This record gives sequence, C-alpha cells and structure tokens, in this order.
Amino acid sequence: MNFLQIIGPVMIGPSSSHTLGAMRISKFVHKMIGEIPKYVEFYMHGSFAKTFKGHGTDRALLAGILGLKYDDERIKDSYSLARKMNLECSFITVDLGNVHPNTVRIKVQTQKGQHEIEGSSVGGGAIRIIKIDNVECELAWEYDTLMILNKDEPGALSKILSRMEANIANLFLKRINLLQATALTIIELDSPPERLDELLELPCVLECYFVPKDDFL
Amino acid sequence: MKFSELTSMEEKIDQPLHEVVLLSQMLEDGSDPIELRNKTRIILDAMLDICEKNYGRAQKTLTGLCGDNAHLFSRWQPQMMGEFNYFATVTALSVIEANAAMGRIVACPTAGSCGVVPAMAYALRKIKKISIDCLVDALIVAGAVGKCIAQTVSISGAVAGCQAEIGTATAMASAMAVYSLSKDSKRVSHAAALSLKSLMGLVCDPVGGFVEIPCVKRNAVAVNIAISTAEMALCGIRSVIPLDEVIEAMARVGRSLPEELRETGLGGIASTKTATDLLEKIRGESL
Ligand code: SF4
Repeated sequence: MNFLQIIGPVMIGPSSSHTLGAMRISKFVHKMIGEIPKYVEFYMHGSFAKTFKGHGTDRALLAGILGLKYDDERIKDSYSLARKMNLECSFITVDLGNVHPNTVRIKVQTQKGQHEIEGSSVGGGAIRIIKIDNVECELAWEYDTLMILNKDEPGALSKILSRMEANIANLFLKRINLLQATALTIIELDSPPERLDELLELPCVLECYFVPKDDFL
Repeated sequence: MKFSELTSMEEKIDQPLHEVVLLSQMLEDGSDPIELRNKTRIILDAMLDICEKNYGRAQKTLTGLCGDNAHLFSRWQPQMMGEFNYFATVTALSVIEANAAMGRIVACPTAGSCGVVPAMAYALRKIKKISIDCLVDALIVAGAVGKCIAQTVSISGAVAGCQAEIGTATAMASAMAVYSLSKDSKRVSHAAALSLKSLMGLVCDPVGGFVEIPCVKRNAVAVNIAISTAEMALCGIRSVIPLDEVIEAMARVGRSLPEELRETGLGGIASTKTATDLLEKIRGESL
C-alpha cells in the first residue's frame, strides 16, 4: 500500500464509492469508445438504485461519460453539460442479481454501434469492471487494457498474442455472436501495446479498443 | 506496517522520520522518493486551496440536511475558543460541507473525514505560519500513521466504524501538527495514540447513508480533539499504551461492531425518530 492512497486522492464529494468509484466506471466506458456517445442508459442496482440522487451518483456517472477529470468542479453540473454536448441520458433502477450493491450497467449508443458495460464501485474509489459486451471479466483498471473483437476461428488468439510485446497480466475471452462467429478478447497488459495498428491489420481482428491504465491518485 | 518499525529505522539510519517514510515506501513498492514528495506537495496544495475557497461559505447540499454551519460559525465571535481552534473549526466545517455539496475535496483519508487534516494544515499555515516544505514533511508522516491504521484495521466506516474514518483522520491531523511543530517522532506517536484512544469505538451511523449527519459536525469536533492531543504530546504527555497496540485494539473493536453501526444507516442516530421523519420528508423530492 502506498501512503499517497491514504492522503488522497483529490476528488469530488460526497463519497468515494458513490461519486469517484461510479465516475471511474463510466470514464472507463468513455475511454473505451473514445468519444462522447449520442445516447446513454444507466441501469442502477442496489445501493446505487436507492440513493443515487442524494449521493450525486447520477451526476458523477454522467461526468465520467463526458470524460471529465475526477476533481472537475463541473461534475456537479454534468446534466446541463450533457445537454450542451447533445448527450441524451436516462437512469433506470433495476435488480442486476447477485452483484455488489454499488453496481451499474451502462449502455451506450455511439456512431459505430452499441456497447454494454457493467461495473461495481467496491470502496475507496476502487472499481471492478465485471462485464463488457456480455463477456464476464474482472478488471480493476490497474492495467493497460486491450479489448479486441475478433473472428472466432482457430488460431485467432495465438495470432493476436504473437503481436503482443508487452507482458500479459490477465486474459478474458468469450464467443459473443455465434451467427457472425465473433469473440471478444480482453487483455490486461503490464505496459501499453506498441504496435496497435499492426494488430488491426490482422484479418481476424475486426475491432480494437485500448484503455490506458487509470492513475487516479 | 508498524509505526515502531519506522521509528526504530529512524534511529538506525539517523534520518528524519519523513525521509524514513519515503525510504520505506521505496523499499516496499519501488516508488521514487522525489516523486512521492512531489505528489504529496500537489495534494497539500489542493488541500490549502480548497480550504481557502470554501472558508465560511454557505453550501447547497444535495439533500439539504446541512450546508449553513460553516457560514454561521464563521460569523460568530467565539466565547471560549482560542484563535487556532476557532479557525480550524470553521475550516473543517467548510470543507466537509463542500464535500456534501459535491465540491472538490481531498479524501484524506476518506471523503467523509475530509475536513480534519486539511483544517489542521490550513490553521498551521495561516496561524502558525509553518512553511509549505515543513507541512509537506508533516503530511508524509501523517500519511504513514494513516497507513499503519489502514493495514491493521481499515479506513472504511463500513468495515470498522467511524473510529476508522474520523478516528484515523484525527490521529493523522495530530501527528501532522506535532511533527511540524517539533519534528519529534516519539511525540508524534503519542499524539496519534491519544487521538485514537479518544475516539475508540466511534460508530458509523449516517442518517439515510448520506455523508452529512453526523459527519459534518464530527469533522469539526475531531480537529479540536487533534489539537488537544497534539498539544498534550508536545508538552511531553505520553500515551501509556503505545500506538501500535492502540491500533491493534481498534481492530478488535472494529470487528466486534455490529453491522447496524457500520455505515448501513440502520443504527445509532440514523435510527432515531427524527432521522426517520427527516428521510421520509426528503425522500419524495430528492433521493
Ligand atoms: S459516520 Fe460514517 S459516513 Fe460519517 S464520517 Fe463517520 S464513518 Fe464516515
């Protein structure tokens, strides 16, 4: 443990799990899609569902989707900021089942398509991304993260991994569309990949998303 | 990590305590001491800036359960408090009310206890004219005290009650004051131990689960506890029970606290009639 974690971080109140943690989940989504989406839906579960207005969790989530910094004082006004940026949003309370009480599912509509990410705020600003487009995972966002939509064919994974120079910390993989024979590969890396464009040149790679690790201290 | 390990290392290598903390952090995770110091400076600057901007300001919080305490207190002519305590109390109220109003804060050690250490730092700077460099050293030492508690107990009210949040903040603030005024690490450990003993067993019982009641006033009271324990330690008063043992006791107390008293909003003052009525009233409008 680093003592800087104790004397910080600088953030927006009132609660590290209800504002900072929530915002980090939606900021992960922002970084992944690399843009401000046209439309976003937040499915609020558990304690998030019960108290999100009183804790400002809704404003923090919106601010994250807009890509604001964690200590930006405009987080409080993220509704009007979202309106200015033409981002439509809605908040829906749901029961997501057997997950951490502070969990949200985020559905975004971008120029290119739709994504659905689920994450939990587990305390002190720490998070777990637990699902990306139906692939279960467990990302604390402490690593550089690469998400690759690839053809589900023999040898695809080894071709992808052979282009990887950085050390691989964790790997999650699942077939997501049987008809189109696609799979999503999620890789946590010790350092950022050097040749991202080369990866896209592989015929088995359809789409590629890179989220650099989050230094929130 | 035990605090006594740091103080014995201090004797062995004959370096001031804040340098020992940086060194031991480097040995633990490879952090660069210069970068650690720079980041601590950034955090301190943020604290002082937040205190200055919010001092005595009225705030509009999300639930409306608080927001005008700092303003009210800042216009009061204190009857009993001296200048240092009064200034620190206004600051603590100001910062923690800014937190409840979605303002910028430093979670030192947590958002719910974010008024205590910054209030002490700001009072030391403004009233005692302590230099920024010296405050950075003291914040590093305070961080080490907090880390010892975090590793043995927790700094989360949901895990070990408010003793872990406000208690830790108070220990850190008193350590900061003693270190910046004396550089004496033994006295630092006595101040921190006296602080923790004063708040041992404090329960976490926020009304409705929101960080407002009782958190706001607890921050303000806590900085006064930190001032008294620091003053006692400075004059040479000792904690009979050493800091590391107090921290272990705190962990045992934390484990025996029932769930209702650990941030669930189900026990303590959160379960009073007035609290339930208040929640009923605001629930329809804003939650
Ligand atoms: S009562 Fe609970 S929420 Fe409030 S400051 Fe204490 S630990 Fe934090």
